Amino acid sequence: MNWLVRAVHAVWEFVVGDDPAIALGVVVALGATALIASAGAAAWWVMPLAVLALLALSLRRAMR
Amino acid sequence: MSGPQLALFVSVFLACAVEAVEALTIVLAVGVTRSWRWALTGVAAATVALAVVVAALGPALTALPINALRVVVGALLLIFGLQWLRKAVLRAAGLKATHDEAKAFAAETDAARAAASAGTGFDGYAFTIAFKGVLLEGLEVAFIVLTFGANQHDIGLAAIAAVLAVAVVAATGVAVRAPLARVPENAMKFSVGVMLTSFGIFWGTEGAGASWPGGDAALLVIIPGVLLASLGFVQWLRRQHAVATAVGGTA
Repeated sequence: MNWLVRAVHAVWEFVVGDDPAIALGVVVALGATALIASAGAAAWWVMPLAVLALLALSLRRAMR
Repeated sequence: MSGPQLALFVSVFLACAVEAVEALTIVLAVGVTRSWRWALTGVAAATVALAVVVAALGPALTALPINALRVVVGALLLIFGLQWLRKAVLRAAGLKATHDEAKAFAAETDAARAAASAGTGFDGYAFTIAFKGVLLEGLEVAFIVLTFGANQHDIGLAAIAAVLAVAVVAATGVAVRAPLARVPENAMKFSVGVMLTSFGIFWGTEGAGASWPGGDAALLVIIPGVLLASLGFVQWLRRQHAVATAVGGTA
């Protein structure tokens, strides 16, 4: 099973990297975009704002 | 070539060039210190493995519904892009050590010399390190080509950009026979972070069911917007760091 644990760990490192909050934030923002779009409202502005906020928060965490 | 096609070409070229520089450093290090024969055999084996992966994944990716592909690829590009951009902004602000290919080359050659000698036969160390380096960096190249190409319905253009990037880096490496320490790798990584994030915003939004004002032309606003915001973050971090240093100095 060791190889499986190592493989899962490698995939996690490759995809998520060293700030899991970014991955979580991206998924939440995409979900919000889908919800707003499905309600018929303009939703193109959600991701640019979310990306700015996620980058700012991640940089702030890195500064500490 | 249209604006979005040019953006696709430049993004894939820069991203693949960065990966190729890293792979070249590893191959040069084991080739120079151990065995060119087994290092190049490792490169060839990794190239075959990559071809198999691309042949298996390529058709599967292009067969996916475009919106599902865009939302998954958009999410992955955003996650990768934001990680690259975060590190690039921290480096540009002087808060993280810049990547140095000369140092990476020195570390690889030291490790290669320290490893047990292979004698005149099969050099497993040279083969394995070259294979792993080329396979891992190559997988990133393949991921970039397939996702960018499939999303823009232009895998051919993405593949040309990737092949050109790898050829330019490999030819330069062969010509100078040294790590490409003069390549502005950190500036390239900053650009790639901006591009990955911009395409991630664009495709993720479209995949989630929203439409961009202006369609594909929105990319020509998103890319400069992400670049300006990132440069703004660099300035903000420099000021924060300067203030923290000044406060620390007077305390």
